[in-house]
Amino acid sequence: MHHPHPGLRRRGFLTAAAATAAAGIGIGIGIAGCSAGTGAGARSGGGTARKGGRLRAAFAGGGAAETLDPHLGNLFADAARAKALFDKLADYGPDLTARPRLAERWEANAGLDRWAVTLREAVFHDGRPVTAEDVLFSYRRIADPKKAFRARASLEPIDLAASRATGPRTVEFRLKRPTAEFPNVLAAFGAYIVPKGTERFDEPVGSGPFRHVSFAPGRSARFRRNDAYWDGPPHLDELEFVVANEESARINALLGGQVDYAHELAPTTARAHEGKGGRIEIVRLRNSAMQGFVMKTDRPPFDDPRVREAFFLIADRDELVKGALSGAGETGNDLFGKGYAHYAAGLPQRRQDLDRARHLLKEAGAGDLKVTLDTSPVAAGFTEAAGIFRDQAAKAGVTVEVRVGNKDSYWKDILDHGTFASYRSGAMPIESHISQRLLSDSTTNATHWRRKDFDELYRRLQSTKDAAERAGLYERMQRRLYSEGGFLVWGFADWIVGTSRRVRGVARDAPANTLDWARFDKVWLA
Amino acid sequence: MRRWTVRRILLGAAQTAAVVLLVFALTEALPGDAAVALAGDDPDPARIAAIRAALHLDRPAHERLGEWAAGLLHGDLGVSLASGRPVAAVLTEGFGPTLLLAGLTLALLIPAGVGLGVLAARREGGPVDRVVSSVTLAVYAVPEFAFGVLLVTVLALRLGWLPPTAVGYGTDLLAHPDVLVLPVLVLLSRPVCSISRLVRAGMVEALASPYVAQARRYGLSGARVRYAHALPNAVAPAAQQLARTVDWLLCGVIVVEALFVIPGLGTVLMDAVTARDVPVVQGLAVVFGLVAVVLNLAADLVAHRFAPRAGAAA
Repeated sequence: MHHPHPGLRRRGFLTAAAATAAAGIGIGIGIAGCSAGTGAGARSGGGTARKGGRLRAAFAGGGAAETLDPHLGNLFADAARAKALFDKLADYGPDLTARPRLAERWEANAGLDRWAVTLREAVFHDGRPVTAEDVLFSYRRIADPKKAFRARASLEPIDLAASRATGPRTVEFRLKRPTAEFPNVLAAFGAYIVPKGTERFDEPVGSGPFRHVSFAPGRSARFRRNDAYWDGPPHLDELEFVVANEESARINALLGGQVDYAHELAPTTARAHEGKGGRIEIVRLRNSAMQGFVMKTDRPPFDDPRVREAFFLIADRDELVKGALSGAGETGNDLFGKGYAHYAAGLPQRRQDLDRARHLLKEAGAGDLKVTLDTSPVAAGFTEAAGIFRDQAAKAGVTVEVRVGNKDSYWKDILDHGTFASYRSGAMPIESHISQRLLSDSTTNATHWRRKDFDELYRRLQSTKDAAERAGLYERMQRRLYSEGGFLVWGFADWIVGTSRRVRGVARDAPANTLDWARFDKVWLA
Repeated sequence: MRRWTVRRILLGAAQTAAVVLLVFALTEALPGDAAVALAGDDPDPARIAAIRAALHLDRPAHERLGEWAAGLLHGDLGVSLASGRPVAAVLTEGFGPTLLLAGLTLALLIPAGVGLGVLAARREGGPVDRVVSSVTLAVYAVPEFAFGVLLVTVLALRLGWLPPTAVGYGTDLLAHPDVLVLPVLVLLSRPVCSISRLVRAGMVEALASPYVAQARRYGLSGARVRYAHALPNAVAPAAQQLARTVDWLLCGVIVVEALFVIPGLGTVLMDAVTARDVPVVQGLAVVFGLVAVVLNLAADLVAHRFAPRAGAAA
């Protein structure tokens, strides 16, 4: 990551050094420091930043239902607009560790259940300072059970009734239990800070790099530069988000010069326009989306770990990446979070081994197995991957019947029903993946992985102050998932963005949903 | 005539009501509801339940339909589930661009369709007729989406004559007529073919009829025979086809709006169905139903006027 503000990084590092509890951050910053050495390669184009101009960015949107309420956002377009107008206390670096944003530093007590967060000096667009009261108001709004905001589950560890402002710029968060990875909570999707008392977002006021000018839901949002931005004013005078739901429309608008940035392009489009010195530039954001299948570990046939292992061995991951992602991605190793902090990269790469798979199935008494694979065109490559896996399974004597479900209700349908389903996930810290999907009380546990001893490992991880010891626990939990978990992770898809030739400063090392993804305050027009 | 008109209007209202009921039943039959669609890839059951309660989706379907129908009688189309905005406002915003597209298409469709039809019928089997007939048949066979992609690739991206999409122009499309050229061309492509073929067939038939022969024998000029006597009879079936074209235009508009990023009713419909936003879908059903009924009525009146003998079926 090429950070234009070395001061910020240094502060972040000092914070981590001061609070041993946050040493995980120290590791993260260390990694950032290394990759910063690769220099300008991390961002598109070179040269010095030029001020001025208007950039138009095309995203898929949500139609007339779109809102600028940053807590209500669900879509990539919502997240990109929220990021332009608002700030979170922290945000994710390319390795998915939390980096300080509106928070200047954080410190935990010895028990890891009280965190003192100090805010930096920042002002909202109307000139009011960002205070501890604004933070508490925003978090309480998100946690309101009546509103059902997405970020509510992420803020669950905080006891908001007991948390309080200890000064104008200091907040003391009381937690329900020790949470060593608490900074991840501050960086959670949608956990934006809004001015105290805000309930309407027709004329949104935030502390972000751009100010609101106009907004037409489902069409366009126009913002202009916030010269008082604490992280340095953006280079662009104006930023406009336009909505184009069809991929063909986004690429046509980009090719025709109507937009300068097109989000979410198809791999085939990328291949057609990549590196030809053509009209546009393709930016691949690696490790953006985990691709896999979920096996329900609590019911036949997948309640037998031998069957799960056999399925791990059936998958020819290269073929899946080539066929379902058109090669735009990397192979997976049945673990979430390739390239992220704490990823167990040392485990041997699994390869297809049909003999061993057949042997395991026979041992499990499942020699003539029939399985229904639920899938849906809800995400790119899903139905293709299902078809490819069906053919691979046939070679091991397993009959896979592919059932294509409705795409609007797919995620709910596969949560508790069926045995085997297509799955994908956007970027998040490995810790969040575990807490949201792999604990007995997780809200979206699609593999029905409920193991008391695994829960206990997670509890220990969150109560462990020492970073090295925590790293050991991460490794142990992932080893367990690798050998007998319910996630068959065959790949990690690139997120593909196209820009016009005059756009500079688009971060390349930024999985979707991290700080530098869709971040326009560091972008300029040559 | 008046009784016939009143009967048609009552029938139209009943048809619209039936469409709305059918649409409601079909949307209810779709798997998932607005709460599930809103929750997306984060299907935490507690969250879905909370959204459902907040949207009052936990009440039985007939109660929700009853309440909506009661509101409709007061001209209130209800509130969008996905955005909380009044449905009427959502539809009004989308109405402008769609009306502009459909209006322009119709305005060009009539002269183009009739003109081509007459041109081809002037000399049946001649070279002009053959060219017009084969081109119209060929274009008719191409789906709008493919035709649109072809036009964008050639005229916008290769030659750079026209903008490839309407991205960034908002709803004020009239101020940028160049962005309308390709969408209207795509919308025109198939109806022009069907109308011109109908007019041609009608003209050919009329020109061979005894009354035209009689008119010729009276020594009336060729133009007068063609336009004052044969054309009105040929237009009657075309007028009814035109009304059907309008229904069909609504489908074409969905494709064209998506392809060219025009924020009209087609886009609203797609988004509303995806979000299971039942009030918006129903509001659209009412609007589309009314438009279809009014246009068919108008077409029948036109047909009635031009060719009373044909007897417009009620």
